[in-house]
Amino acid sequence: MPRIGIFICHCGSNIAGTVDIEKSIEAARGFPGVVHVDEYRYLCSELGQDLIKKAIEEHNLDRVVVGTCSPRMHEVTFRKAVTEAGLNPYLLEVANIREHCSWVHKDIEKATPKAIALLRAAAAKAALNDPLVAPSVEVEKRALVIGGGIAGIQAALDIAEAGYIVDVVEREPSIGGRMAQLEKTFPTLDCSACILTPKMVEVAQHPNVSLLTYSEVEEVKGFVGQFDVKIKQKARYVDPVKCTGCGICYEKCPAKTPSEFEMGLAKRKAIYVPFPQAVPNIPVIDRDACLYFRKGRCQICAQECPPQAIDYEQQDQIIERRYGAIIVATGFDQMNPSHYGEYGYGQHPDILTGLEFERLFNASGPTGGKVVRLSDGKPPKKVVFIQCVGSRDKARGMNYCSKICCMYTAKQAILLKEKVPDAKSYVFYIDVRTAGKGYEEFQRRAAEEYDVAYLRGQVGKIFPESDHLMVHGVDSLSGKTIEIKADMVVLAVASVARADAPEVGRLVGINSDSYNFFNEAHPKLKPVETHTAGIFIAGACQAPKDIPETVAQASAAAVKVVGLLSKDMLQGEACTAEVNQAECSGCLYCEAVCPYSAISPVEIEERYHGGTLKRTVVEVNPTLCHGCGSCTVVCRSGTINLKGFSNEQILAEVDAICLQR
Amino acid sequence: MSAALNETSADWEPLVVAFCCNWCSYAGGDLAGTSRMSYPANVKVIRVPCCGRMNPMFVLRAFQRGADGVLVAGCHPGDCHYSTGNYHGRRRLSAFKRLFEFAGFEPERFEVRWISSSEGDKFAEEMETMTAKIKALGPNRKMRDARWQSVTQSK
Amino acid sequence: MIIATGKSSLIDEMKVQSGQNPAECYQCAKCSAACPVTAAMDLLPHQVIRYLQLGLEEDLLKSKTPWICASCFTCAARCPRDLDLARMMEGIRLSMLRRREGNKFGPADLTPEQLEKLPQQALVSGFRKYNK
Repeated sequence: MPRIGIFICHCGSNIAGTVDIEKSIEAARGFPGVVHVDEYRYLCSELGQDLIKKAIEEHNLDRVVVGTCSPRMHEVTFRKAVTEAGLNPYLLEVANIREHCSWVHKDIEKATPKAIALLRAAAAKAALNDPLVAPSVEVEKRALVIGGGIAGIQAALDIAEAGYIVDVVEREPSIGGRMAQLEKTFPTLDCSACILTPKMVEVAQHPNVSLLTYSEVEEVKGFVGQFDVKIKQKARYVDPVKCTGCGICYEKCPAKTPSEFEMGLAKRKAIYVPFPQAVPNIPVIDRDACLYFRKGRCQICAQECPPQAIDYEQQDQIIERRYGAIIVATGFDQMNPSHYGEYGYGQHPDILTGLEFERLFNASGPTGGKVVRLSDGKPPKKVVFIQCVGSRDKARGMNYCSKICCMYTAKQAILLKEKVPDAKSYVFYIDVRTAGKGYEEFQRRAAEEYDVAYLRGQVGKIFPESDHLMVHGVDSLSGKTIEIKADMVVLAVASVARADAPEVGRLVGINSDSYNFFNEAHPKLKPVETHTAGIFIAGACQAPKDIPETVAQASAAAVKVVGLLSKDMLQGEACTAEVNQAECSGCLYCEAVCPYSAISPVEIEERYHGGTLKRTVVEVNPTLCHGCGSCTVVCRSGTINLKGFSNEQILAEVDAICLQR
Repeated sequence: MSAALNETSADWEPLVVAFCCNWCSYAGGDLAGTSRMSYPANVKVIRVPCCGRMNPMFVLRAFQRGADGVLVAGCHPGDCHYSTGNYHGRRRLSAFKRLFEFAGFEPERFEVRWISSSEGDKFAEEMETMTAKIKALGPNRKMRDARWQSVTQSK
Repeated sequence: MIIATGKSSLIDEMKVQSGQNPAECYQCAKCSAACPVTAAMDLLPHQVIRYLQLGLEEDLLKSKTPWICASCFTCAARCPRDLDLARMMEGIRLSMLRRREGNKFGPADLTPEQLEKLPQQALVSGFRKYNK
């Protein structure tokens, strides 16, 4: 028989005002197994806790029930108190007689019997409580950052600065990501490369950081503290140790192919670095474009390379490492707007997306920094910017606002005016959204000082007409239809999730929203965590966002990782599922419903009629289990139970509550 | 026997057992408390980690022990703390409700509701509605175990 | 201008007839930009929806725009909110007709043979519209 002690809190008059404490005490004395009942004005106070501790000692209590506020409020407090008195914290049970009783009922005649019923239920459950120990997991003090854009770079730097080892996996030959493609950044107009390149170099040279460029994550197994990751490092065909980055190879290479970095507006060689400031500055050979790999002849790069760094025999390598935490920072894509027939994207060289237009400003871009029409090389005098191409469009695009377009359009209109002083910009918009520090001022400057005409409305059709584009639109504020003889049209296309985001999500075990952006654990209070412990997200893979927000989120994710890695051991969840393998029939229904892959089949040997029999049963990994209990219900033999919320405990509570009938 | 327990009395009060998931509905109940809302004391809450933890056996046991109504409350679909627990709960309990009805019990005695941790008002409202409905339905005579009743009355 | 606060029966009718809810429009004016016959309109298509949103029934009844609409469905194809403005225009025309004069004849005036052969309502409304 357990020795239960019940302690009822007055909570000033919060409980005592509507619950008759005397009557409750009297009733509690009659509950099975109860050997001691006491009351206190404020049980959560130091003195109240001491009262419990003393009583545990004096009356040799092995279970404690407190009738107090919600367990969501003070369960931790009282668990600590009983631990200090030498009891296992899970031998404590809370009866919520404040939030669920005294505060919601006015009539003492009704609240008192309910409080008694709740106390009785808690005592009945406590009698069945077992001492539980949360499993502990050793933490591998190394972090993995997937994605080497500004989010990944920032996160890696912060983790490295805190003293932990971090690996950055980047799919492209160089880190830098989308930010490397930008010319200037709003709202300060600093040159993107000038602020990004130092960070790229810093992360590459940091003693705690390893860059794994031209690499992809192949497999993630394990759990928080111990993720086992397989990374495929694709063959560069260039020996990174020998290569000096002189660039002779790509100067001499005869094979050309559209450059991904230049959004296809320029060509690159088959052996290439994506852009001049690439980190690491080691070229890769694109097998699909290389003459040697396609036709078996050429090898000019190998002949020309002074340090003989070209190695056509190089193979993909699989790197296997263990990490304590992972940050996913895989960034975003731009929507291809060719399905918007009215805009004619892809059918005319002077109809560009925002990112393509951005490249025209860049000194190493397709036009060498000259803003000219790609059709005839003349500077554009009239440029029409169209906002919300694919954003805020539930019919043919994405429901959401892409957040950055209003600002980068204002930026590009300003930059255009600076490069082509007699150019005139027109911006067709639905709403101008400039929430951010200095953003509204920046956009107003575009309209007021840079002569950018903001037209509230949309464009219905663009017709090429001789050497220009006739843009048919409307200004809804004046109610006038508008025709603009434009030299160039720039479409602010929607920012969308990476095409392979669902696969990445599946790979690392995090889920996404309906647009394939990764889901944070809580939209307000857990913006960088995911539902999978130990995996964090940063940057535009979560939702469209600008650079300051991305950097802030990356630092936030890094802090979460550092906090995790600073622990030697992690305490898991104590209330986990447990299986009695002797009764398990191996149907694996539980494996199917487990959201955390905590249940896995295992083969056991049993003695059977003198011989041995091999049989499949399941085992629960307590470090992965979060204790939802879904498995307990599907178990056909009823042999999986949830510690802390066992079938027996819940049924005992039901019985105790129904006892008044 | 008090009037509240006397089934023939006009003052008869039903017993409603509410199973609430720890993360949404139980917290919604806490919010109803902190906002000082009011709902009938007939409702008694049992905390479960998730509505996916709800074994229909718990519901049957409550009815067997004389509860007049049972309510299961969980997070809104899509908001489950354990990602998918409430989907399992939703499917399982709606199938169970059909079976319940098929077996000849009043299906109104058993309800499943989605109440988030920010819906204190909804929590109070649902408890109010459920109690009123069960009061109108009258005592649960079909499912309760008469032996259990005699045990409790002898105590 | 005083914004109508009461319910407009014309707008309610239009909603039922077209199955479209003008509240879903966020006034990007893409319909007006795309419409091939705006030159002849006194209200631009997006303004018609705005009037519907504001409940300006009297002003709408005076407008020629619903009658100018050619039902080419360009607006419906381009609308980012997936609204079918052409249907709404048709709904407005129907309601206008019902308000201006009573039905010239009702189903009761027709013989069973005529009823059987009668073209569908859209066709009938087309005749009404272009016979004016």
